[in-house]
Amino acid sequence: MQPVVVEHIVQNYRTKKTVVAALKDVSFTVNRGEIFGIIGPDGAGKTSLFRILTTLLLAESGTATVDGFDVVKDYEQIRNRIGYMPGRFSLYQDLSVQENLEFFATIFNTTIEKNYDLIKEIYQQIEPFKDRKAGALSGGMKQKLALCCALIHKPSVLFLDEPTTGVDAVSRKEFWEMLHRLKLQDITILVSTAYMDEASLCDRVALIQKGQILSIDTPKGIISRFKKPLWAIRANEMFKLMNAIKEDPSVESCYPFGQYHHVVFKTEKDSKEKLENIGKDGRYTDVEIKPIEPNIEDCFMELMTN
Amino acid sequence: MQKEKVITAKDLTKRFGDFTAVDKITFDVEKGEIFGFLGANGAGKTTAMRMLCGLLLPTSGLATVAGFDVFKQTEQIKKNIGYMSQKFSLYEDLTITENIRFYAGIYGLTDERIKEKTGLLIKQLHLQGQEKTLVRALPLGWKQKLAFSIAIVHDPAIVFLDEPTGGVDPITRREFWGLIYEASAKGITIFVTTHYMDEAEYCNRVSVMVDGRIDALDTPANLMKDYSAASMDGVFLQLARKAVRTGD
Repeated sequence: MQPVVVEHIVQNYRTKKTVVAALKDVSFTVNRGEIFGIIGPDGAGKTSLFRILTTLLLAESGTATVDGFDVVKDYEQIRNRIGYMPGRFSLYQDLSVQENLEFFATIFNTTIEKNYDLIKEIYQQIEPFKDRKAGALSGGMKQKLALCCALIHKPSVLFLDEPTTGVDAVSRKEFWEMLHRLKLQDITILVSTAYMDEASLCDRVALIQKGQILSIDTPKGIISRFKKPLWAIRANEMFKLMNAIKEDPSVESCYPFGQYHHVVFKTEKDSKEKLENIGKDGRYTDVEIKPIEPNIEDCFMELMTN
Repeated sequence: MQKEKVITAKDLTKRFGDFTAVDKITFDVEKGEIFGFLGANGAGKTTAMRMLCGLLLPTSGLATVAGFDVFKQTEQIKKNIGYMSQKFSLYEDLTITENIRFYAGIYGLTDERIKEKTGLLIKQLHLQGQEKTLVRALPLGWKQKLAFSIAIVHDPAIVFLDEPTGGVDPITRREFWGLIYEASAKGITIFVTTHYMDEAEYCNRVSVMVDGRIDALDTPANLMKDYSAASMDGVFLQLARKAVRTGD
């Protein structure tokens, strides 16, 4: 039995005048014990999807099961066996760290001691502040407490909605290291993020944009589907260089990526020579041109424009 | 010739009780420069930025922004800077043109100038035909592009951008940086914070705050060389891991 099965889920939000399509026929399956990433920008439909799977929102149409239970009929069983960390901090701000954890353990009919092994490593980092009110914690500590509360009943599936939004690069790295250790404890993890670079930390990912899944595969599989050669170029004047490349009719796309611009040509025969000529014509200095492997963000942008 | 300085800070410090949020930071930002202001959560970025925007009085040190003193001339600073963040940008229940009119009016532009600016801005952002659309109905990426254009509607000396591209899709994020480059080419200084390390590489110079101090400040290329890192991500990780204090 697959821990999460989503079939043809459709969700619309209506106001008096308009209909916003949040999810347009979304289907996917998550395997036992994997970290499955839902990767997409704000407004892609990630939170709607999480709220449907955690039985907090009824989909307009389509079906979904979590651990074999139907998200509509069997919502009670699902709520008992999943952990959910919403994007917005939703613990009790006026309870202390320890009180929050005890509260969640109690409503799930368990105790902190019983599943302490599971949260030990994370909880130890916030234990020095166990008497502090949750509302007075820093962002990073709130995040760790929320994860502990979502884990305290040893859920079989963990839903993490944008756990790393607004978190700095170091803390993001640490958070993902925690997830990989949880995975070893047989917990299936569904995690959403707007950071494309986090895709490579998942076993499989669904790239989602405007309510539609663009692609589902392992990160390597998604990259292998990027068929055209990709070139990286840099020179002394990057902004001028980008405009010059974009003006060339043989260029399909040119996007800045840190120190380089990534360039794809419409046909494969146009390539290095073309870039070399652009470099010469604009009299750039320090020109460097090399073929590169695409990353998930290259793939996402290619899928967005197709 | 020495370039005009839009920000000068010398030993700028802010203490809250016995906690030193910003600890003697010293740096300059030149006219038209794109200056990346990096640091882990809790490193003191927001406090430093609030002082530079004239919203928070420093404890000690010296600083000027657009030629005005952060201790005594905070009102003049506010008139001569632009500001946008991921959280605060526009009024959702006003239309695109209403938002432009509102902000331009607050900054004291004449009706004639507002009309002219509105036309220019709508054209630049390819929003023709959508002038009367409520901002609420715009996708996030568009909102952020509009918010940036409005933040510089009064042609400020400098614009402060606090994580302007968080959650924005990768193509729009790059279009947003296109607007930043254009503004910088017009001589507007850009002071930007971001969690995307590839964006740090688009900056002319970058500073990295650790525990309230500026521990590194240079061009991205020099920082990568100094820290033997292949990207700014590597530089940032090395610096931020030295942090002793935790959290926000």
